[in-house]
Parts: sequence; C-alpha cells; structure tokens
Amino acid sequence: MSPNPALGLVAANGPNDPEPELVVEDGRVVRMDGRDAADFDIVDRFVVAHGLDLEAAAEAMALADEDLGRRLVDVAVPRAELVRLSRGLTPAKLARVVGLLEPVELMFALKKLRARRIPANQAHVTNLKENPALLAADAAEASLRGFAEIETTVGVARYAPLNAIALLVGSQTGRPGVMTQCAVEERRNLELAIRGLVTYAETLSVYGTEPVFADGDDTPWSKAFLASAYASRGVKVRFTSGTGSEALMGHAQGCSMLYLESRCLAVIRAAGSQGVQNGSISCVALVLSVPGGTRAILAENVLAAWLDLEVASGNDAIASHSAIRKTAKLMGQFLPGTDFVTSGTSVMPRADNTFGGGNYDADDMDEWLTIQRDWQVDAGLEPVAEDAVSAVRRRAAFAVQAVFDELGLPAIGDAEVEAATVGYDSSDMPDRDRAADVEAADAALARGVSGLDVALALDRRGLGDVAEAVVGMQRQRVSGDYLQTASVIDAAGLVHSAVSDPNLYSGPGTGYRLEGERWELLRALPYELDTTAADDARHDRSRATDAAVRELGEATAGGDPREVVVAVGPAFAAGLSETINGLEHAAVLAAVCDGIRSGGGQPRLVRVRRTADVAFIAHDGALLSGSNVGLGLQSKGTAVIHRADLQPLDNLELFGMAPLYSLESYRAMGRNAAGYALGQRVGPVPTELDNFARAKLIVQTTLLHAQETAAIAPGAAPVELELVGSVEQAATS
Amino acid sequence: MAFDPTRDYPIGLRRPDLVTTLDGTPLDQVTLAAARAGSLVADEIRASPQTLSRQADVARAAGRSQLAENLVRAAELAAVPDDELLEIYTALRPGRSTAAELEAWAERLESWGAARTASFVREAVDAYAERGLLGS
Repeated sequence: MSPNPALGLVAANGPNDPEPELVVEDGRVVRMDGRDAADFDIVDRFVVAHGLDLEAAAEAMALADEDLGRRLVDVAVPRAELVRLSRGLTPAKLARVVGLLEPVELMFALKKLRARRIPANQAHVTNLKENPALLAADAAEASLRGFAEIETTVGVARYAPLNAIALLVGSQTGRPGVMTQCAVEERRNLELAIRGLVTYAETLSVYGTEPVFADGDDTPWSKAFLASAYASRGVKVRFTSGTGSEALMGHAQGCSMLYLESRCLAVIRAAGSQGVQNGSISCVALVLSVPGGTRAILAENVLAAWLDLEVASGNDAIASHSAIRKTAKLMGQFLPGTDFVTSGTSVMPRADNTFGGGNYDADDMDEWLTIQRDWQVDAGLEPVAEDAVSAVRRRAAFAVQAVFDELGLPAIGDAEVEAATVGYDSSDMPDRDRAADVEAADAALARGVSGLDVALALDRRGLGDVAEAVVGMQRQRVSGDYLQTASVIDAAGLVHSAVSDPNLYSGPGTGYRLEGERWELLRALPYELDTTAADDARHDRSRATDAAVRELGEATAGGDPREVVVAVGPAFAAGLSETINGLEHAAVLAAVCDGIRSGGGQPRLVRVRRTADVAFIAHDGALLSGSNVGLGLQSKGTAVIHRADLQPLDNLELFGMAPLYSLESYRAMGRNAAGYALGQRVGPVPTELDNFARAKLIVQTTLLHAQETAAIAPGAAPVELELVGSVEQAATS
Repeated sequence: MAFDPTRDYPIGLRRPDLVTTLDGTPLDQVTLAAARAGSLVADEIRASPQTLSRQADVARAAGRSQLAENLVRAAELAAVPDDELLEIYTALRPGRSTAAELEAWAERLESWGAARTASFVREAVDAYAERGLLGS
C-alpha cells in the first residue's frame, strides 16, 4: 500500500508529525511537541503530569537527534545513562531519534537496552473447542519447551474461569513458575487475577490519540488505576500498545504510526507500568504494508526498552503469508533478544489459535530451535524429547480432569485425556456440552473459586507437586517480587528481573551470551545426527558383507587397446561397501564391467591407493590403460571417464550426482567408456540434476568421504583387483 | 534489621521475615500444608500494604519513579475491597462519572488512607472536565 499521511498510513517520520519541543515556564510545561498547554489532549496531559523529568529534559531535549542516536549505539554508553536521558524526552523527540536509526543500529541499540539480562518467550495456548484437557496439555508442553509465560483467551467470554484454570494446572504441571494469563475484558480479567486463577495480565491497552483511547473505553488515568489495582492484589501486569492501531481505528490525526506509538509508550512509562507488549501486535500486517514498516516496528521495540520498560515484542499476529518476509522481520527481535521475543508463539497448530494469530505455530517449533542453533542465539526455547512431551501432556490432562471433578465442574472424560495427549488439534477432541460448561463457569466465579481451591483439588488427587507449584504462584503475589520490571520466575520460585538480573551488556564478551551448559542444551537437537554413531554403523555393515574384491598385486600398464581400466578409490569395497545411494559396491562394479563389455571393451579393475580424489583416481587409471581411457569410481559413487592425455581435473565425462544413479546409470557409464576407448562417436550420458542434493546429502557425503581419505596410503602404487564371481575371475581361475 | 531496597531484593528470598499476607500470615506459612489444615483464606493471600510499599522502595532505588508511584498507589489500594476497586476503575472510564461522583470516590479513597490515589483521581477529574470525558 502506498503511504497516505492523511490516514496515518505512514510508518515513521511522517510529514505531519510535530517538531519535538518542550517549553517550560516556572516549572510548568506550557508547550510540548507542537501544542500549547491549553490544547493538550488527554495523552499530552498525562505525559506532562507524570512522564517528564524536567531536570533531565533541560539536558536531553538540547541534544541533537544524531547525538542521541549515536549514544544509543555507542557500546561505551551504558543503559543506565540512556534511560536517564529518556526521562526528559518528549514523544516527538523519542520518535525522531529512533526514526533516524537504521536496522542494524536498531538491533544493536535493542541488545544494549533490553531490561532483563536473559531473553525469554511467551506462548499462546487456545483451541477452537475451548477444551480444558487440550488447553492443559498444550500449556504443559509450552512450559516444558521453555516458555516463561502462557496466554490464553476466550471464544465465548463466559469460559474465562475454566480456561484460566486449565492453563494454571497445565503450566505448573509442565514447569513450576510459568506465568499464565487469560485475555478478556478488563473487569473480568481483574476478577480472575483477584481469585488467583491467572498470575499476570497483559492486555491493558493504550492508544496514541484521544478519540481512539475513548473508543477503547479507557483513559490514561483509568488504565493507570487499573494497573495499580492489579498490583494491589500482587499481580504482575504489562500494558499493550503498537503501531497501526490508531490508523486502523480511524483516528490517526494525520500522524505517523511510530510517532503515535511513541505517545503510547510515554503514557505507559508515565503510568508506572513495569513493561509493555508492543511491536505493532495485531496491526502488524497493516504496518508491513507501508514502506519501512518492519523498521518502524523494530524502532518501537527499541523505544520501549529505552524507556526502561520490559518488552514483549509481538511476532504473534500473522505478519505475512510469506514465511521469508515474516522471518526477516522476526530477526530484528530474535538476534538482539528481547524480554519476550514473541508475545505469543502458538504452541498448537494455528487453526486452533483463537486470537486469530499463530505467526509461528506448532509446525514451526523445530525450525525455531534450528535457527537458534544456526546463529548460536537464545530466543527462549529448548529442545524437547517426544516421550517427555507425551508424558507431560498426559499428566496435565489428567490433572485438570481431577481438578474439574473435585471442583464440581462438568466432567472431563478419559477419552478427552487420551485425545489431548496424542491429538494434533481440537478436531481430534470429543465435543463437550458447552452449555453445561458456561453455566458451571458462571457458578464457579459466583462462588469465588480460587487458585487455592485448585491447589487443594490437585492435592486431594495425589498431584502434590503440581499443588505445591500452584501455591508457589500464589506466594509470588504475597512477596510481590515479580512486580518489578521484566520478571520471570524459575522452577525454584526465584524471581529474575531487571533489578536482580539486569542487562549490563557493554560490548563483546559481556552481557548474556549463549555458551556453556545452556548452549549445550540448545544445540543438541533431538534430530541431530550423531556423526560417530553413523560412522560405526557404516563400518559394521561393511565388515558384515563378504569380500567383494580380491587384491592381486601391483598394477602395471596394459597393452590391450580395447581395455578400459576401472579405477576405484582406497576404501571402495574395503572398509566401505555401498554408494551414497545405497548401491552395493560389488553390484556397481559388475554393472560397470557389464557396460564396458557390451560396448565392445575389456574391463580391468584397479585400486588407486594414493588419493581419494575422483579426478586423480580416474586419471591414474587412464594412465595404466591400454586404450588410455579409464573410469574412476569413488566409494560414494561419484564417477569420471578420463583419458591419459587430459589434465587431471579435466575429463571426458563427469558423473557428480551420485545420489541419483541406478545400476543402469553405471552400466551406461561403462558403455560410454568403451566407446571412447574404441575411438567411436559417443553421445554423453544425459546429465541429471537435483538442486537439493547438496542440502540433503552434504553431511552424509562428508562423513563417507572422510573414510575414503582416511584409507589413503600416501605414494602407494595402484593394485590390481579381481571382482569375486566375475567373468574375468572365472577366466583366470 | 532495617529494610535496604538495594540489597534486600528479592524480598521473598532475602527478607522473608518482613513478608506477610494481608491478614498477617508469614510468607513461610503460605504452604500447601497450611492450606490443607484450613488456615489460609484465599482472599488474604496477597501482598500487604507494607510489602507493596517496600517494593515501591525497590523500584525507586532502581531509578523507576513512576513504577514506584504505581506501587505506592497499589499499597494504598490493598485495603480497598474488591468490589469497590472494580467500581472505581469503572467510574474512571470515559463518560461514566460526573465530577461530583469522582470527587466522592476521591473522598472515599481518603477514608481508606489512600491519599495519593485520591489525588490521582482528582487530577483525572480536572483533565476529563477539560477534555469532555466526564459523564452526565
């Protein structure tokens, strides 16, 4: 979509964005960012009342945009100093400075500015049937995979308490300490938190213009009060904002998306939130439709971190149909690391994501893990073994079945538990009586079912450890430690936050690095090929086959003008026994010889011992050949037809696609070699190509070839070979 | 020993002696065993005003003045019953309340000792009046 400033459809540095300014008289702000105090809207008023440190402003607003930009990327300027300056910057100034930075600069700034030392990740767990057993099983799997937070929502609003309970039980079954939320209307959400059925909230939404705020049925004051209300009950919250929301809701007032997001973030900091979910969030596809959208979204994450907020950085709503584009966008947060690299990876298949999201889902997990390994970067997920996942899913489904029974909620059947354990998505789940469920949910809320009740229910049914974990989460609300900025809770119940575990990155070798035990964990993917085991297996197979060839003594030059020397590599039928395509060496030799004979030639077998290179093997063979034509064969199946007068790396024909060849292919190679030997006109064997061959087989190729090179005897003369059971052997015996 | 906001965090780990639930149960007694014994009340298992106030100190010591102010308000609101909390939130939403109604809430908050939050609400009244966000 082409930019349209009037509609607010411009990513950053919009033509109507106000000039940054701050005019203070007698300690009062009389003008900010293009407006006089009398014209301040509700956002301006709140920011001025609570979000500006005038002392810092006197210094910070006087700095040139480039100067501030440079400090953001200067490895020697610490985070604390940047945060100090941010306290005095107006929204327009903030937007201007990050709007200046290029992608790599933004990524580097984000790496410096992240609040918590260690990055983490958040999961979405939902399903179309709102089946509690499936919610619990998916929550348990998410926790096992390393997600530190799990978010659910409702298809039907009244399901809220049941979904919350399922997530609470499932998460603590997977790993104690994982925080859970249920995104529903604000008042209902607070009620769940008060009951201890959710342990954090996130969707305290904030908007960059007054009319949109009103449409969102809140003001900065009401939102700030709500945040304090949650905190008064000991519950962690973060606000939510993001580029594009004002344009989507029709009141962008002609301003750029990044500038309006800057106003949101200023409100969020002013309200005293510990953190924000931002990075366009639901509007991502809108922002990605205008030029520079990906860059603006990264800039808003940087802004949030600069304002000393925990950042849960989007990547949850589907950004694009193009996997290439959306992952290019993801790298902006993935590589530097944010407090939560996504604010909702769909642990289940995206068809079950009732947020209408699923930018990354169950089918993408392996790739996510592999990309972590490719880059040696921690983006919050851990490899898991299939049996461990099954076990935890089963236990969680069983646990929530027990809890529902104890609390008098509609029964979860054994068939549901089984289906939740092994099913792919909600279509594998039996249907529930939804009317009974919502009725029971209403009743549960009315009688005040609490997290404590859930713990006691678990305890009565022998799930003591899960019960302890649920009580542990309630204890977090008593100490309030996780109310501090960027908190996550480990399995021992210890809070890691920006206070206790801050990001102190100050250049190479400092800050959080993926190394040591954590790197060993993340790099050992379950589908990683054990190279030593693969080698051993091949050796065992080779020893098991009968000797296919017999060595006869040193090979000498031949005189027969019809002969074609078939020269094989050092480990051919001697340590290795089959090509990369699984063809037995004996069969390959038989086919080649057969082909040579059918072409009117006479095969002679020789082993080259001094090299494993197919060109030199073939050329050595050609030098011995009475016709001056030789055919070289590597153990992996690569072949070359050579002639004595050619340069070693030249050839008559090269057969490099060993994975594609059949015995018929080798027969054809033999026939052609005979043709060259007899001086006939030869049509080359048609070339076959598989562009993916290298990607598929380069690992096996490398391992195979390593064994051939290991069998080299430097400087050794070639030896004559006899193929056991061949025509030639019969002739000489 | 006096509370040191720069050293005594996490409070639950370093100074559990200072942490109780709203009704005075020590943190270390918020256990499954205590729940089994029936000695815990769900509504009380949350931070006391003192704890929230200390968390505000921790935030302030870490340079986060607005988070500290949020937690000071939280400390004040800990004493406010659930349903009134929800009512005040609703009253603060656009077009819900007249200036007089919000002023009444501010006074109610003061009666619970929530002076900073009361002043916060009064601030909202002024802003809403100027921006046409009051109800009728």
